[in-house]
Amino acid sequence: MIIGLNHFQVVSALLFGLGLLTIITRRNAVAVLMGVELVLNAGLVNLVAISRYQTGGLDGQIFALFGVVLAAAEAVVALAIVLQLFRARRSVDTIDVTDMRG
Amino acid sequence: MSDTLVAVVFYGLAIFTLSGAALVAFSRNIVHSAFALFATFVGVAGLYALMSANLLAVIQLLVYAGGILVLILFAVMLTSRIDEARVSNHAWGRQPAAWAVGGLTAILIYVAVKAPLKAPMIKGALGGPAAFGDALLGPYVLPFEIISMLLLAALIGAVTLARGRDAAEAAKLAKPAEAAAPVQAAEPAQAAEPAEAAEPAEEVNA
Amino acid sequence: MELQTFNTLWLIPLFPLLGAAYAGLLGKRIHRRYGELAVSLPTVIMPWISFAVAVSAVVTLAQAGPEVALYNRLWTWIGVDWMQADMAFLVDRLSAVMILVVTFVGSLIHVYSLGYMKGDPGYWRFFAYLNLFMFSMLVLVLGDNFLLMFVGWEGVGLCSYLLISYYYRERDKAAAGMKAFIVNRVGDFGFTLGVFLLFWGLAAANSPSYNPSIQATTAAPVVKRASAKPDPAKLAEHVAFQASWGLAGAPCRSHQALGRASTLGGHAQGHHVEGHATTSLAFRHVERLLEDPVKREGLLSQNVLGLSLVTLVGLLLFLGATGKSAQIPLYVWLPDAMAGPTPVSALIHAATMVTAGVYMLSRLHFLMALTPVAMTVVATVGALTAFFAATIGLFQYDIKKVLAYSTVSQLGFMFVAVGSGAFWVAIFHLMTHAFFKACLFLGSGSVIMGCHHEQDMRLMGGLRKLMPVTAITYFISSAAIAGFPLFSGFFSKDEILWKAFDTGNVILPGGGFVLWLLAAVAALMTSFYMFRSYYMTFSGEYRGGHAHEAHGHDEAHGAHGHLPRESPKTMTIVLGILAALALAGGYVGLPHLWHLPNLFEHWLAPVFEGSAHTLKWAGYGHGLEWGLMITSILIAFAGFFAARWLYRDHRNPTPQKILDSDRRLVRGVHRWVFNKYYVDELYQKTVIQPTLVLSRALSIFDTGFIDAIVNLVGLIGRLFSMLQGWIDRTFIDGLVNLVGDTVMNAGRALRRVQTGRLQAYVYSLVAGSLLMVVAAWLMAA
Repeated sequence: MIIGLNHFQVVSALLFGLGLLTIITRRNAVAVLMGVELVLNAGLVNLVAISRYQTGGLDGQIFALFGVVLAAAEAVVALAIVLQLFRARRSVDTIDVTDMRG
Repeated sequence: MSDTLVAVVFYGLAIFTLSGAALVAFSRNIVHSAFALFATFVGVAGLYALMSANLLAVIQLLVYAGGILVLILFAVMLTSRIDEARVSNHAWGRQPAAWAVGGLTAILIYVAVKAPLKAPMIKGALGGPAAFGDALLGPYVLPFEIISMLLLAALIGAVTLARGRDAAEAAKLAKPAEAAAPVQAAEPAQAAEPAEAAEPAEEVNA
Repeated sequence: MELQTFNTLWLIPLFPLLGAAYAGLLGKRIHRRYGELAVSLPTVIMPWISFAVAVSAVVTLAQAGPEVALYNRLWTWIGVDWMQADMAFLVDRLSAVMILVVTFVGSLIHVYSLGYMKGDPGYWRFFAYLNLFMFSMLVLVLGDNFLLMFVGWEGVGLCSYLLISYYYRERDKAAAGMKAFIVNRVGDFGFTLGVFLLFWGLAAANSPSYNPSIQATTAAPVVKRASAKPDPAKLAEHVAFQASWGLAGAPCRSHQALGRASTLGGHAQGHHVEGHATTSLAFRHVERLLEDPVKREGLLSQNVLGLSLVTLVGLLLFLGATGKSAQIPLYVWLPDAMAGPTPVSALIHAATMVTAGVYMLSRLHFLMALTPVAMTVVATVGALTAFFAATIGLFQYDIKKVLAYSTVSQLGFMFVAVGSGAFWVAIFHLMTHAFFKACLFLGSGSVIMGCHHEQDMRLMGGLRKLMPVTAITYFISSAAIAGFPLFSGFFSKDEILWKAFDTGNVILPGGGFVLWLLAAVAALMTSFYMFRSYYMTFSGEYRGGHAHEAHGHDEAHGAHGHLPRESPKTMTIVLGILAALALAGGYVGLPHLWHLPNLFEHWLAPVFEGSAHTLKWAGYGHGLEWGLMITSILIAFAGFFAARWLYRDHRNPTPQKILDSDRRLVRGVHRWVFNKYYVDELYQKTVIQPTLVLSRALSIFDTGFIDAIVNLVGLIGRLFSMLQGWIDRTFIDGLVNLVGDTVMNAGRALRRVQTGRLQAYVYSLVAGSLLMVVAAWLMAA
């Protein structure tokens, strides 16, 4: 059995779905962040796989690399925000944070 | 590596990764979620390695498993009270969410399966770290510089955010926040809340 | 006249201005925080610094020779086409005398004020005004042209208003300030008209179309004069003069050339300037223009309204002078100006404001000398003023009123001198008068302060023992003003009398004799009323203390029963200095008769040189001069002894008898004179009431007619706008509100979407993606 691009994409899709589910269902902001990381990883796997099967070359990997860096930056800032939020409210529950309600 | 071996390894890795992800999504304990996330990252690194993106696999391990995950663990530890760690990972509305996300995922899988995509991997080396370096400082130098700027901005932003205000102000800030804490459970967004407390919350939502 | 650059002249008016700014802007706060001295010391020092600069300037001037004037040009103030006015200061020998008198006497008065104004709540205000007054007067005196002089002229008027109504809480004192201001306005009206007319005439006389042959005849003397001594300033002056008067080349009205010439100033590069006809506002340029016979003829030949233009100019300028220098008919403000604090009276009367008119006419001597009619009017008005003011002074009881009328009278003497053509004598009397009148006023201030703000001489008396320094200085100054031999007033007044007698410049029947007679009688009365005031105030027993019921003003003066005391040192020292000058100040101008050098005349001779040849003198002999001199000495002593006999020690019953006399003539004359000939009442009836009636009539016209039209227009407008308003409210607002309401309702509905919950947004994201996929699918299918 030959593992093709489809296989990787199925894995990527499932990873994405689970990440999205985490984002939607979790009330803890940190857990939401974890879901974001899952979604990002799904995308990166996709990128690398496509570059491996379709185009060749380093492009996909380079983009994945940038994605990793982006994820790092995002995680740092987001966690700082979460910590601030916790400091201010003693809670990181997203249901508590509805100041932007219209 | 024979195709069969590749297939075995792939399935192994896929199951490992996806079960980790599932644990992240469904675990009751957030600490468990965090460790499951570690498994997922490792699995994804394995997938990279399987696609002979070795450097990326290493970076994935270093940055994600070594860096981001540690950060997330820190955040978990800092934001959860130990005694209620068990119930710290509330979830709500699983059912409708599962329907929506499941639908989307199903469509994605359908597309992935049906799409006429190439089966065999492209053979041959795709370049090691040297080629990576050349690419980064060659055709990708502009995104590379931009991403470095982004990192710097994130660094400064994180420091600014985490430090809050000056020490004195932070002390002042802690008091009303603590006083307001029990009320917040009942009334999440109050107009009468102190401005200092309201500001970071806005940042989160923005 | 050669110009020598002297770059520190501008500092002379600057320092009082700084003082005024200091006291005026910061004084109130400084007074509150650091006390009175912190306010007054800097402002008192400023005039002294000015005085020091003035002395240095005058020393330089004296060393530079007779034909030199110091010049300091700051910037071009107005340069419009042919009219050029610089911000420039000029000190010739005339202004030198003036700045010395103004700064020195002014500074002394500042020092005196330290003591006099002590404890006054408006301390800082007073010193700010005083400094501003000095500044204005110095600008007036130093100004190089008519416009700058006018700035000072108006500034002095303003400051006099501020200072006279200094006690503005008292209605009559505020009114006195307004009176001074308004009466001065009338004079200023004359002054400005005179200046306008003069320039109109000059521009016509100077226009090339008047007489194209002028170049040949006029360029020569100027060049000769300029080339006598080739120093740069002179050369520049020469070039600038040529450039501005168009003497050098063919006359042309090229604006380009004008523009270039106007920038010449002190540069010597303007030889190539074509030359053009233009008019400058600087005194020296006007004077030099009139030295040219052709242009002088051009000016003299012009007529306005049937009068010779020059005469009209002279009369209008004299009207200005009567306003500032308190002559008939505009003298009425000066006696009322006593409402201000006494140092102010001294400053106005002695050193600054009232001398402005005399100074201005002397400055324009070259113009006045051209018009015998104006000279006659000046001399006659001066003599009449001297006479009538003196008669009023005879019967006044208020010590400051006596001095006020004596000032009016003495100014009349100065105008007699101006009108007679003896300009230097006018300035001489101005100077000596500054000394003794300042001393008299400050002495009276000392007396008034000693007597607890009592000004009525009937309630004084016996102060010689109580205030010896004041008494002695007052006596010396009275002797000086009365013309006792060897006192300063003697020299100046005697010279005026002699010049008035000797003049050939007036066209009166009887010539100078009439002037002399009026002036001599005025001098007799001067001597009488001055010593009357002296004996009423200082001899006999003190009559104050309990007789205050008749004269209110005893609020807040708890020390009423006490005897007057001598004033503080700052005041008595000033009195001493001024008395010394009143005694000795006349020795600079000794009469020719004594065969001693007349320094003052010699000093001023170069200034008045220009008009000297136009003036005529009867040329009476020395015998007559001796006779007149002895007459005036006798007059002085006659007045003195009469006053001594009548008023010494308050013993002689004659004055009271005259007052109580039943004879109608005596009573009538007394009432007539005591009430100042009812001039104020006359003005009230003839000028003020008609004005009021007219304004009331105009007001009725205004309210009845104009306002009705305006109201009608307003009503129509209102109706129209009401209609418009209705349309606005109903339709436009309705539309606008509809739009607004729609948006608001939509927003209200849509805001529910913004739950603020993170997951809700992700939900919609997922739902949206699903929707898009389904939509794409359906569209593909």
